[in-house]
Amino acid sequence: MTGRYSRSGRPRPTGSRADLRAWYAVRITALALFVLSLAHFTMTHFVYDPAQETSAFIAQVRWNSILMRLLDWSMLVAVLIHAFLGMRTVIQDYAPARARRFALRGLYLLAAVLLVLGSNVVLTLPGK
Amino acid sequence: MLKKTSVPRARRTLPSYLTYRGGEGMIAWAFHRISGVALWAFVILHVVDIYLVGGDPKAYDTILKIYASPPGRVMETLLGAALFYHALNGMRIVLMDFWPSLTAYHKLLWRFVWITFFLIGLPGAYIILKPIWAAA
Repeated sequence: MTGRYSRSGRPRPTGSRADLRAWYAVRITALALFVLSLAHFTMTHFVYDPAQETSAFIAQVRWNSILMRLLDWSMLVAVLIHAFLGMRTVIQDYAPARARRFALRGLYLLAAVLLVLGSNVVLTLPGK
Repeated sequence: MLKKTSVPRARRTLPSYLTYRGGEGMIAWAFHRISGVALWAFVILHVVDIYLVGGDPKAYDTILKIYASPPGRVMETLLGAALFYHALNGMRIVLMDFWPSLTAYHKLLWRFVWITFFLIGLPGAYIILKPIWAAA
């Protein structure tokens, strides 16, 4: 691992096109998530309280506008790209070569399942 | 019998084994990775629990009671800390990646991360944890 990390983190990859794209994707989604996820945490823990945020609250208050649903869906897409590309790097760093391909496939499959589950609920839950 | 080499052994004292020599950049990186993996695990849980709002609202409301319970609030404070550190240090990384000349100021940026972390994080932790003793 020597030389692969600098003070600032992972240097811009030069070898593979896929790695370079992933490197940019992680950083661009990071900028979006700095706003989206911190605003989300502020809303769910400081403006409201978890004790209030029942399924009825989510259907009737939080997701009562298309804009909120689109914002939450954007956050879902951004966080899945960011978190799963981050875990891709972790697996590439630590998984033994034999297990790597299998682990990466499982990782991408899990990301796809979560995208389907999350999109399904945020885009189709009846607002009432 | 092994041949004796003439190279003198480096003298290692006990404190030298116990002293951390990585510097701020190494701690920043280790914390970033640990908090990142923890947040990834929480994202899996959170997408599934929000899916239940549509799939099984009663099950979601049961899980929500755990989130709102005292142990749940302690976990959320830790979640918030992981998220806030990862967000602040992430900005530090993005700044230095896109403007490499800023790497010269990495220690200053690192201090700025921690000052912001505690300045906003401590009142935040108080707000999340308050219902534990307010309800009692």
